[in-house]
Amino acid sequence: MSKELIRLRDCVMSYGDELVLDHIDLYINDKEFLTLLGPSGCGKTTTLRIIGGFLSPTAGDVLFDGVRINDVPPHKRAVNTVFQRYALFPHLNVFENVAFGLRIPKTDGSGRKTKLSEREIHDRVMDMLEVVSLKGFERRPVSALSGGQQQRVAIARALVNRPKVLLLDEPLGALDMRLRKDMQNELKRIQQEMEITFIYVTHDQEEALAMSDTVVVMDGGRIQQIGTPEDIYNEPKNAFVADFIGESNIIDGVMRADGVVEIFNRRFQCLDKGFAPDEPVDVVIRPEDVDIVDEAAGQLKGTVTSVTFKGVHYDTIVDFYGFKWLIQTTDYCPVDSRIGIKIDPDGIHVMKKSSYSGLFGDYSSYSEEYEELDAAEPEDGEENDSREGGHEE
Amino acid sequence: MRNKRAWFAFPYVIWMALFVVVPIVIMAVYALTAADPITNAAYPTLGNFTGMGLYLNVFLRSFWLAILATLVCLLIGYPVSYWMAKEGPRFQRLAMALIMLPMWMNFLLRTYSWMSILENNGLLNQLLRATGLLDLLGADHIQMIGTPGAVVLGMVYNYLPFMILPIYSVIVKLDGSLVEAARDLGADGVRVFRRVIFPLSLPGILSGVTMVFVPSVSTFAISNLLGGGNQMMLGDLIELQFLGGAYNPHLGAAISMVMMVIVVVCMVVMNHFGEGEEQAVML
Repeated sequence: MSKELIRLRDCVMSYGDELVLDHIDLYINDKEFLTLLGPSGCGKTTTLRIIGGFLSPTAGDVLFDGVRINDVPPHKRAVNTVFQRYALFPHLNVFENVAFGLRIPKTDGSGRKTKLSEREIHDRVMDMLEVVSLKGFERRPVSALSGGQQQRVAIARALVNRPKVLLLDEPLGALDMRLRKDMQNELKRIQQEMEITFIYVTHDQEEALAMSDTVVVMDGGRIQQIGTPEDIYNEPKNAFVADFIGESNIIDGVMRADGVVEIFNRRFQCLDKGFAPDEPVDVVIRPEDVDIVDEAAGQLKGTVTSVTFKGVHYDTIVDFYGFKWLIQTTDYCPVDSRIGIKIDPDGIHVMKKSSYSGLFGDYSSYSEEYEELDAAEPEDGEENDSREGGHEE
Repeated sequence: MRNKRAWFAFPYVIWMALFVVVPIVIMAVYALTAADPITNAAYPTLGNFTGMGLYLNVFLRSFWLAILATLVCLLIGYPVSYWMAKEGPRFQRLAMALIMLPMWMNFLLRTYSWMSILENNGLLNQLLRATGLLDLLGADHIQMIGTPGAVVLGMVYNYLPFMILPIYSVIVKLDGSLVEAARDLGADGVRVFRRVIFPLSLPGILSGVTMVFVPSVSTFAISNLLGGGNQMMLGDLIELQFLGGAYNPHLGAAISMVMMVIVVVCMVVMNHFGEGEEQAVML
């Protein structure tokens, strides 16, 4: 997990006036599991297609192992793709689908064409079917498989060619919840077993956090933040990242000194430093970092306006001076009760103001937001809607 | 048949019975009988079939020319369909209109036009004469009308749209991500076509071949007009038995029956061969 394998240098992609990728700089290490995460239309699939060779950037370079590959067509790149809707060949059975790439003669370094023997093709296909737990299915037509099985065939078909990099375009988007979880583990296992670089595109933040070594959060054709899942969650760079990854309350604050931030005219201890004195900032407070205490003992006092039972915890909405917070707590507080809250210094994260300030992190329209989230659930196409989640209202 | 609205289909069922089943039965009766030359009374016989060997050359020519026309249609129609499907929607609509346009004109009119083009003193020969090409060859004219080539040309001209339309509609619906997947797996342009696009367009080819071959093998006007009387095909032979000098509806019916059986067998064999390769739906 050290050597750089792919680099996008100042990549721009535009269609007419529409800027899809806005000067992307990104490098991907060998054997890394990297996820491009963002809402529909953020440019993540475009980035993937540039790496796969299906699109050529309007400006900028794509480097593979230090060599510029902008003009290398897809069939000559050492990458393989698992497509969003699998794109299995309907006229071929499982075995022939997986064998498709192996049956194509490869040109080696000296320009000689080499063809694999039937024996070798058979062995490699069967090995691969074993890896994706599809042994015994090789003679089935692909149309007779379930969604999860088709997904496995698509993965086997790509991996059997032993690519250096596997590109996955929302591969689990069409599967149900249970299957998704299983396949997440399966994919992670395969990636570690085969020691291949995975570049994974998804709009599902949970998926991204669970599987990745590195998460790249994108929005509006720009990279918002690159980091480990922990970094991204604990140290979001701006209000967009904070809101897109997990739930957050984002409040206007003023940095009074190093380690002191003022919210609602009250000073809180925090761990952040390096801001100008009295600089206006965005303050992120994760719903699980808030402790509910007696009203008298609270740093802030508010009124409970709604409680939703979520299994492990209650989603409690609390009104502080007209601004509603989401608090996740195992203590039940009835609606209309007065409560106080306490926040530890490490539960407060301060961010510089950005163009996203004020757009996210307010739970005033909480219930509608949940409905929107449900409506956006089966979303699986980049083009389907401009943006999902409805967080921005 | 549990469908409550099944009775909506009744008019069609009656239509089919009256105009498809009944005529076939009548034809079969005619084919299996002959008229006594003196009393003119019909008597059952297999003579119509056993004596058909006389017309073997007509059978062979019909099938040969029809196969030829179908092949030419396929060779022209497939690339055209492929090219159309790859272009933008505006071009597709325009191309479609151009292909359909001749079909709005009367079939006989179109074939007569070809006659005046191909005649010994027709447009083409006049053109060749005017450009001095004929003098160069030292000939008065090039014989075009009355040749098998003219008949095939007429059939290709008339039936080409029936080849293009089904192939086009299959290719245009082909999932682009399959092509991308094949490219991704290392296939170059030729291999993508051979291993993905072509096999997936087989259903279109099969219905195109059927729609060209069947009318070609039974055509009579084209061979009559462009064949100049010496390229007799099955359609002409049958016509002769019903309307021409050789008046013998019993023999005509028998020839029709034999032709029908051969065509049906051809189609069944071909569709069966196609199914093995193909999961996609027939058009």
